[in-house]
Amino acid sequence: MASLKEMRNRIGSVKSTQKITKALQMVAAAKFRRAQEAAMAARPYAERMGSVIANLAKSVTGPGAPVLLAGTGKDHKQLLVVAAADSGLAGAISSSVVRAARERVYELQAAGKDVRIICVGRKTVAPLRRLFGDKVIATFDMSKEKVLTLSSAKPVADRILEAFENGEADVVTLFYSRFKNVVSQVPTARQLIPAVVIATDSSGPAPDLKGGVYTYEPEETAILEALLPQNLRVQLLSALLENKAGFYASQMTAMDNATRNAGDLISDLTKQYNRSRQAQITKELIEIISGAEAL
Amino acid sequence: MAGKLHFSLVSPQRELFSGDVDQVDAAGTEGDFGVLAGHAPFMTALREGVVTVHNGGKTTVFEVKGGFADITAEGLTILAEQAVEAI
Repeated sequence: MASLKEMRNRIGSVKSTQKITKALQMVAAAKFRRAQEAAMAARPYAERMGSVIANLAKSVTGPGAPVLLAGTGKDHKQLLVVAAADSGLAGAISSSVVRAARERVYELQAAGKDVRIICVGRKTVAPLRRLFGDKVIATFDMSKEKVLTLSSAKPVADRILEAFENGEADVVTLFYSRFKNVVSQVPTARQLIPAVVIATDSSGPAPDLKGGVYTYEPEETAILEALLPQNLRVQLLSALLENKAGFYASQMTAMDNATRNAGDLISDLTKQYNRSRQAQITKELIEIISGAEAL
Repeated sequence: MAGKLHFSLVSPQRELFSGDVDQVDAAGTEGDFGVLAGHAPFMTALREGVVTVHNGGKTTVFEVKGGFADITAEGLTILAEQAVEAI
């Protein structure tokens, strides 16, 4: 049985841990609200971008189509972009993304594909480096980006495009945790290149209700060539924003649990402390009384 | 004039404008253009410049840097890389 002083120290240390987890939870809650607003605000742009590209893709098909849209026609070289958080203390959010990516790598390797990895966020680097070493061709640290904008996504997008142009990749897939709601973030894989066109009405022609033919200035391919890299950045940005919202949501939950656990521990320890203190007092009283009776 | 034109201006950060207006003037890479309701389907890249929205005698001006304008039967959508409302 620990001495009373030891138990007092133990209770004190659990109390200060609880203060820290409580503070982290409140900070995460405040940041979560902002991150969620940012993720919501970025959604219309990404959606419109998707529908514009879907429209364009209908009129640009065949051999003239840009490779970013149509792909290289091969799928031997696979590039995985794994995006997760930069810091921990947020439950399993990062590790579940890494796990999903790891599984995919094993799958692809078993199928004889050539796999490369780009890590975004510090929490992805260590586990993926350890498992796949030289397959990791680039890493990005997003912890310095206070506010995520298109320019935060640009270096990553540029690296992806560079890899694509150098022939290091035929297919590019992005792994991130999709923000479903506060308690649920789903690790998700999304193919970036070749661009997956959301098939809204793939059977019918473009929705030219006014009977006119779409006019392009400059022509379709030139627009697509400018639009597709932009789309890549936008897709990355929206994934990063969702990641961020998910991260804070997950941190909130994790820290809430930690605070509750600390509370349970404190009440257990306090009960134990009071009991042994009472036992000691009783023992001392018995000693005094039996001493007095002996006289 | 054949009714109103549905116009929305979105930047990666947020949706700056969405609603029905009379006319929108914008600066395309191949020249400035104005859009009224019932415009033929048209798509163009934008250069740095202003987008002017005319509605009921009032005008709202946005400064836009790069992006695309997409005109369909549903209306005009401008996807701007950067956009702010000019004062």
